[in-house]
Order: sequence, then C-alpha cells, then structure tokens
Amino acid sequence: MASLAATFGRGAMTNGWVDIKNADVVLVMGSNAAENHPCGFKWAIEAKKTRGAKIVSVDPRFTRTSSVADVYAPLRPGTDVAFLNGLINYAITKNRFHEEYVRIHTNGPYVINEKYGFNDGLFAGFDESSGNYDKSAWAYDADPKTKAYLVDKEMKHPRCIFQLLKKHVERYTPEMVERICGTPKDEFLKVAEVVTSTGNAQRCGTIMYALGWTQHSVGCQIIRAAATLQLMLGNVGRPGGGVNALRGHSNIQGATDMAGTFEILPGYLATPRGELTDLKTYLEKVTPTTLNKETWATMNYWSNYPKFMVSLLKATYGKAATKENQWGYDWLPKTDGNYSWMFIFDDMYRGAKANVAGGTEPGPEGFITFGMNPVGIGPNSGKMIQALSKLKWMVVGENYEIETATFWDDKKTKAYGGPPSSQIQTEVFQLPCSGFAEKDGTFTNSARWLQWKWKAIDPPGQAKTDQEVIARLLLAVKDLYKKEGGPVPEQVLNMSWSYTNPVNPDLGEALKEINGKALEDLKDPKDPSKIIRKAGEQLAGFGEVRDDGTTMCGNWLHSGCYTEAGNLAQRRNNADPNGLGMFHQWGFSWPANRRIMYNRAGADAEGKPWDPTRPSIVWNGEKWVGDVPDMKPDAPPGTYGAFIMNAEGVGRLFAPSMNDGPMAEHYEAVESAVPNALHPKVTPSPTAVALAKKMKSDKDVLGTADKFPVVCTTYRLTEHYHYWTHHTNILNQLQPGFFIEIPEELAKEKGIVNGGRAKVTSARGSIEGVAMVTKRLRKLAIDGKQVWHIGFPIHWGYEGDPRHTGPLANFMTPSAMDPNTWTPEFKTFLVTLEKGGEGVA
Amino acid sequence: MGAIQGFEIRRSSAALRGGGTMLRQQPTVAKYIDTSICIGCKACEVACQEWNDLPLVKTEQVGTYQTMPSLAPNFWNLIQFREIDTGPHGFAWLLRKDQCMHCADPGCLAACPAPGAIVQYQNGIVDVDPEKCIGCGLCEPGCPFDVPRYTARDNKMAKCTLCVDRVTVGLEPACIKACPTGCLQFGDKSSLLALGAHRVKQLQDDGFASAAVYDPPGVGGTSVITVLKHGDHPEWYGLPKDPSVPTTVSLWKRVLHPIGFVAMAAAIFGAIGHFMAFGPKKPVDTAKDAGKEV
Ligand code: SF4
Ligand code: SF4
Repeated sequence: MASLAATFGRGAMTNGWVDIKNADVVLVMGSNAAENHPCGFKWAIEAKKTRGAKIVSVDPRFTRTSSVADVYAPLRPGTDVAFLNGLINYAITKNRFHEEYVRIHTNGPYVINEKYGFNDGLFAGFDESSGNYDKSAWAYDADPKTKAYLVDKEMKHPRCIFQLLKKHVERYTPEMVERICGTPKDEFLKVAEVVTSTGNAQRCGTIMYALGWTQHSVGCQIIRAAATLQLMLGNVGRPGGGVNALRGHSNIQGATDMAGTFEILPGYLATPRGELTDLKTYLEKVTPTTLNKETWATMNYWSNYPKFMVSLLKATYGKAATKENQWGYDWLPKTDGNYSWMFIFDDMYRGAKANVAGGTEPGPEGFITFGMNPVGIGPNSGKMIQALSKLKWMVVGENYEIETATFWDDKKTKAYGGPPSSQIQTEVFQLPCSGFAEKDGTFTNSARWLQWKWKAIDPPGQAKTDQEVIARLLLAVKDLYKKEGGPVPEQVLNMSWSYTNPVNPDLGEALKEINGKALEDLKDPKDPSKIIRKAGEQLAGFGEVRDDGTTMCGNWLHSGCYTEAGNLAQRRNNADPNGLGMFHQWGFSWPANRRIMYNRAGADAEGKPWDPTRPSIVWNGEKWVGDVPDMKPDAPPGTYGAFIMNAEGVGRLFAPSMNDGPMAEHYEAVESAVPNALHPKVTPSPTAVALAKKMKSDKDVLGTADKFPVVCTTYRLTEHYHYWTHHTNILNQLQPGFFIEIPEELAKEKGIVNGGRAKVTSARGSIEGVAMVTKRLRKLAIDGKQVWHIGFPIHWGYEGDPRHTGPLANFMTPSAMDPNTWTPEFKTFLVTLEKGGEGVA
Repeated sequence: MGAIQGFEIRRSSAALRGGGTMLRQQPTVAKYIDTSICIGCKACEVACQEWNDLPLVKTEQVGTYQTMPSLAPNFWNLIQFREIDTGPHGFAWLLRKDQCMHCADPGCLAACPAPGAIVQYQNGIVDVDPEKCIGCGLCEPGCPFDVPRYTARDNKMAKCTLCVDRVTVGLEPACIKACPTGCLQFGDKSSLLALGAHRVKQLQDDGFASAAVYDPPGVGGTSVITVLKHGDHPEWYGLPKDPSVPTTVSLWKRVLHPIGFVAMAAAIFGAIGHFMAFGPKKPVDTAKDAGKEV
C-alpha cells in the first residue's frame, strides 16, 4: 500500500471489484485471484464474457487463474520488477503508451535535480554505512527563487522524468527479461502485446495483484513498477483500469484504515515520533506544502492534515482535549523505533529493544494477540516460538486453540527447535472469542466499501466478542490507574469511552464515532450567519471536519459512512444507472463514497472522458458529473491536477518518497538464487540487505545458492483460509493436507513420485510433506543456467484434528523484508529438495 | 426421499406400461457447465453436500488438487483436475465438474430391474427412489459415465438428482446457486444450448477452433451440457467420446421392457442373480478410504 500512496496519494485499490468488468485486459500478476478471491474474480470472467476481455496470468506456477486465462507466462519467483520494467520498455519503444495522458496527469514532464543518478545498481544518495538513501538526491528541480518546479511539457528535457524513466527501463529488453525471469522471449512478447494494447484512449486495462507482490524484499518496488506501467498506459482513474490491490482478508483494508500498523493512526495519519514534542511541530512535519502554486495548481488535499488530527484527538480524549493542552497531543503514545512485526519479535527474542537508538531497554514482557497466529504467520517460525517463550505472559483471544496458544508444548514444537516445556515460564491466558459470523460490524473490502454485516448466531459457550474483551480490559486498567496511579495516567484516564454499554460497546455507536459529529454549531465559513451543522449532529463527510475542536472524527477517511441519514454501510440498493457497476447506494465507499479514485484522470484536459462509453467523471460546463468527483466538484478543468492527495497534483512515475529508490529496479531476493544479471555487485536490494542485517540473532540465518540451490515460494489455496480452517472439517475434506508442488523433471531427478514424500530444507530447518508432482511448474533457464522452483501452501500447523495437521510452512521462510513496509519475504527463498521418508515435522 | 410426488414422470425403470401420463408437457431443463471459465473453487461441491445433507467424507492428499479420485455415494459433484499436453507447446489444466449427466436416454434407468427405482421426470431429470432401489448394482454397467454409487449404510444407489426438490419449487440446483463465476447456469435446455453456441463462437474467435458443446447424441443428449475448449477431445476432460447405452442394456430395454411381467420376473432374477454371485454391492472402494463417510 505504501507504493500506491507514494504514486497516487492513497494506499488502496484504485477502482473496485465490480469495475473489473469494464476492462479490456486484466493482468493478474502477483495474485492468484481465481483461487484466493474467487468471488471477486467473477468480474474478470464477466469482462471476458461480455467485452471479450483478455485475462493475462503471469505467475511462477500455472494456477487455477492461469487455467482460465487467455495468455499465460511463467517467471521465476521474485523477478516481477524485471518483467514489468520490460513491459514499460516495450510500451515506450513500440510507442504503445498514452502520451497525452502522461503529459497532463503524471510527473513525466517534471525535471529532477542534477544530483540524481543511477549507477551499477545504486541510485544517487546511497550511504554505505547505514544502508539508507539520502532522498534529497531524488528531489524535483525547482526555481531557487520562486520555488516553482521545473516542468517541460514536451518531455524532451534530458532530466525530465519521462526521459529518465525511458533511460532507466531501456536495459529491460525482452532478451534481458528472459535472462532474469526465465520467461521465454516469445511468451513475454505475447503478454507485452496484449497488455500494451491498452496504451491509448480507446482501450483500458486493469491489474489485479495481492500478496504475491507485497511479500518480497522488493515488494513495494514491484508495485511501483506496476503503477508506473498503468500511468504510462493511461489506465488510472478510468473505469476498467487501475492498480487493484486485492486484500488478503475480508477486513484487512478496514484494519489498515483504522491503524493496522504501528506507524499510522486511523486515517493514515502518522504516529508521532518522540522528537516531535508538540502538536505544532508534528503538524509542520507531516503537512505537505504546495511548492508550485504559480505554474501548476494543485489541491494538495493533505493540507487539511491539522483538521483530521485535531478531530481524531477530540474523538480520542473527548472533553479532556482542549486547545490549551494541544487537544491531548502529549498523551498520545510516541514511537522511538521500528515496531513492525519482525522487529517486535526480534526485541522479544533478544530480550532487548536492539533496534532502537541506545538499544538498552528490555524487550516486551507481555503480548496480546487477537485474530493473529504468530507461530503460523512467521516468518522464521522457529524464532517466533523461541521469542514467545521469553515472555512473562501472553493473552490469546481466538475461536480455536491455535498454534500460538500452545507454543510451549515441546511435543508439538520440538521439530521447530522449540525449547523444553520445563524451561518456559510464560503464563498463557486463552480467551474464547467470537468468530466473524458471531458479531455485527463492518467489513471494509478491497474496493474500500464499508459493508455492514449482521450477527448470524450467538458465540458459543463463554466466548465473547473482541470488543467486549477489549472494553473490559480497558475499564480494568482504568480502575487500576484510578486506584494506584502510575506514569502519565491521563493517557488512559482521559480516554473517552461514552458507549451506552461500556463493557460491550455497540459497534454501530463505534461507527458513528468513526464518522464524527459536530460538537458545537458549525458555521458556514463563507457566511457565518448560516449554521451548516448543529451541535450533536453527525457530520456529512470529511469536508466538515475542523481543527478548532468543534468536531470530533475517529477516522476522517471513513467520514460520511454514518451521517444524519443513518448507517450508510447498511445500504443495499443495487441501482446502477450508468451500467458501470458503481452502485453508489450500496454500502459506503471511502473516500466520500467515491467508487473510482483519481477519476479526474479518466478525462482529458478539457474534461471529456478518454472513452465516452466508459466515463468516470465528465465536466458538463458547470460541474463534474458521474462518479463522486475526486476533484473540487465545481473546479473547471485545468484548475487542479487530477491526483489531489499528491502535493504536486499528478501521478508519480518517479516517486521520491520510497526508501529503496524512486524508480523500480530489479534486485534479487535477499536469499538470491543467481547474481543480478544487471549489476552482479548489487544483487539483492541494498536497503533490504541492510534491514535484514538488523536481525542478527542466532535464529536469523540466511541460505546461499551454493548450499540451497532451489527457489521456493509459498501461497494459499481456495479451500482454506490462513491458519485456522484446518479446524473445519468440511474444508479439510476438500484439501486434506499439506503438499509440496514439484516440477516433473526435478521430481524425476530426485526420485520423488507423485503422492510420495518429499523433504524441503532451508537454512532454518526441514519440513516434509506429500509430493505433488506437476507439469504446472516449469523448467526455466536463467541466464543459461537451470534454476528450479517449487512451492507449498501455508495453511497447516500442529493444532487441531491430528488427521489434518501439517508442517508450519513459515518454518522455512527467512527474516528478510521490504524496506518500506517491513513485509516479510515469504514469496522467494532458497531451499534444497530431496526424497522424504521419516517424518521431520 | 422418494420420487417427487406430483411431478410428471416421463419414464420409469422396469415400468409395466411405458412412462407417465403425458398429460402435462414440461420443457426439458438442463444444467450448463462452461469448463472454460470454471475456476475449480469447489463451491459447488460443498453446496451439493450441504443441500443434500450428505455426511462429510474422508479424503487424503495424494498429490492432486482433486478432492477425491472419483464420485462417491456421499459426494455427487466432483471437480476433476487434469493436466494435459495439448500440443507440442500447449498445456492446459482442465477442470470439469463431474456428476450425473441426466441422459435423455438413461442407461441406468434402462438397466434397472426394480420398478420405479429410477425415474425420468417429464422435464428430463433422472432421479433415484431409494425406497424402490434394491441395491442390485445393475445400473452401474448401464451408465456410460460411471456415475452410480452405492451407499454404505443401506446399499442404495445414490447420485446427483439435479436438485429436483429445488427445481420442483422453482429454484435452481444448489451448485448453480453457489457458483461464483457464472460458469454454471440452469434453465430450459434449448436456451442453454443457444448460450453454449454463443460461447463456443467466442472461444473459436479466440483461437480454439474445435470448441464445442458436449451433448452426446448416443444417449439422446444430456440434461447436463458442457462447453469444452477442446471439443474434439472430450476424453481430456474425462468424458467419453461417443457414449451410448451399452448394447446389452439397450437390448434388455427394447425387447424385454414392454413385456411387463417378464420385466418384473427379470428384475427379481437379476437381483437374486447378482446377490448370489457377488453378495450385496459394496461401496466403491476408491484410493484407500477416500470417499467413505467419516
Ligand atoms: S449419467 Fe449415468 S446415472 Fe446419470 S442419467 Fe445418465 S446413465 Fe443414468
Ligand atoms: S462453483 Fe462454479 S467455478 Fe467453482 S468449481 Fe463449481 S463449477 Fe467451477
């Protein structure tokens, strides 16, 4: 999501599930949508049936998606950047890109400062010692006096982004793609032909991706390459276009929106760091300013940051938040280091916050986990098990007894290097919690739609809903602070908790809070005699959010979901007046019930849709009509750039905010199978390597190709859902157990037969399972050398019905991650393969 | 469940006099399967089990995505997965939903000696009445599609009923309701054949010159029609090329069927004969325990 935000301004699926039916080409890459999103994938099928759309599947494995695709091409796991840059190069050299779109809606015409350069695998500004980039070397060139950006609308300036991109990708010829990815040239060209057929106003194509792109040490760069491709083809902001991130859970989009990771607060506001000691400094740091008002007007919507933040603080601390106390900013927890998944476990394992400046503080002593199964999730499950055993206490809220809850049972964990039970002091509390069908609430799907769901049945036995467990915990902690005091008691005591039933809050009330309301009468800024919203009323949307303490709003991005008209997430009206599947009266789609983000880019300079049969929004002379405009509704074409969340108002072919490079470059995985064909001295991503080196416990071992020559990848199956459906027998029946997919020739070489046993070993250990010998994994020649790849699904573990337990797939995966999002590299690592026999795990 | 009451019967096994009253004409219904857009999600497998209240079966990972080797007494709807080399450079992973084909000329019904055990309704659905089924197993060789299975508990033939209980009240079969891609459709056969022709044309335009609808004439056509990309190779999908009712069965039917009494006698002898020769029909023993109840 970091890449989409860095490119377009917001980190989510640009279009929506239903909109995929409007595409002429559907590139499914980095996802296996037919298997993992079967219901959403129906729209790709719909496009095929009704528009004759072509489905293109690019995947290391021939999957169930490939089986219904019109074009399939294999590639070696982890080489997606090379493939995508190859497509961009093809589009430019064959003149199959949408030049007019690039000129008006992207930063292609922008000029980059003279310090920028790219040499032998490194961008300018690399600091060897820290492994980080000084990103000022990637900044736009600006007039020193006026601060206005330099722009060449002809895109001829040698330092303009279009020219830099052209030069950057010219190395990715079809021959180079074949050398790196192993994709035979003719198969690559077939894909290139179909995908770039949309590089014009008449046609439009979409991309469906998921964890197959994010879970790499170059995950963000892969997505950046895809976003760049779509901007070059002019496919963003248009019905049937976009870069569509398919989320891996029914509500993961909602979780991310509501502060799913440590570095963000609800609505993607930055978690303050310790050095930002007051609200003013914080806001100055995070609110982007527009540099180029004069030459290139932009809306720079993030200039409203203070409103979003103050209203969030009002929602958090209620009446206690006042102007005098900076709306309670001091009470907000601040960060001092990296608290992403792998770092939390690294701290836990090493018993010290090793990655925080100073590094002397002890690691966490307690851990609360809900709807998470760290032992299964990994990576490097052996380390996860060891880390948990260092805790004093752990709370697990789940609807099954999951592997994490019994990590202390050495009979089950010995195979993963788990310590003897007698040496583990961790006290484990297991709380039975309700499953998704046993509670109300919303799911926010990949398409950013908030859809209310109603409880189907009561939770069994003593199981409680998550909100009840959390509420009771909070109230008990509040009580303790009241009775015994403690450091910064205001942080807890001032937290507003005004639900009708405080021990089991109604989620409808929580949704109202997320939407926000007026705390005083709100006056019309244009005419102060008019009241636009009375005190106590629900806000109509984030346009009404204020920074003077007169509004509260739990998540500005979701504002508009629960207005005076009621809970809009409950709407189920399937009216579709223009037939494009926007369904504005079905649920609520953030932002502002907009169904296609950046829809201004779906029209040309005059506001006419690129393709009149598929308009996103149209300028009718007075206002924008069609979808909810991603634009000031009455601002005539030419007033503002189409990407209102980006300070410069355009989509970014070159994104200076990324940590590992402003344009995507091919790097091998941290566990690389071969030297980088483009720059052997810089084989994996240097920033990713620096990060992996921060994990330096005895458990963080990496394998090398001389000892572990086979590339391995992991994935999910249609029949199962993460690590808990192996507790569900109807699904076990459909996929009864773990297996390892092995190409036919490799199996033959190793003496492995279909249905027999195979053993996989990585630098972390070994697992064993049933061999699935298949033609669907192909022999790929990499730079003249045979490199094999195999794979296995992730769904099993040691808990549940013994007939349906299986090895922890993530016992195999390394402590390597993406340097922007810290997402683990689950999709490419090194192993050896041999015939199995004795059970290993 | 017995045969659906009040539903007009076209034909019945070992009937004394031909088929039904022919008083009410009903259009022939059909299930349409477009294998070219089936994603093998198995939603239809589960929907079939749940609607028909079939107990779970025991399966084992033996190196395939396919749930079990073949249909089972409690598993009437199975997606078959086949890896096929389609030519020197061609490869396909063909997924086909397997179930009773509801033949217009059902070999199972023709072969069945128990009066009324297998019936064909006026709308073309072929159903089994377990109350009348004697478990003799003669329908098995009668079927060109290897569909009939025998339940472990009471040794009755069991197979897909095309959800006749749902169809009777105007609902589509459960598998069709569950299918997320729309590759399954239900309706009257003539309109589905038209839909199939349209899709075949699309596939041919996409370069699959031999795409075709599988509706084999050897069994009078079927009420399950299947769109195949590789229409010239139904065997790649596990479908017989030119299925027909086995000669012995059709002979039995043509010659003996009209003679009610003889048929009755034959039915009894058939059953006894089978019983003496083989004992009660056993549930199909698929790989290891696969397919058995758990
Ligand atoms: S497929 Fe077999 S069981 Fe089904 S109707 Fe035809 S002959 Fe009978
Ligand atoms: S439900 Fe439809 S798409 Fe899924 S396996 Fe069955 S027939 Fe195929």
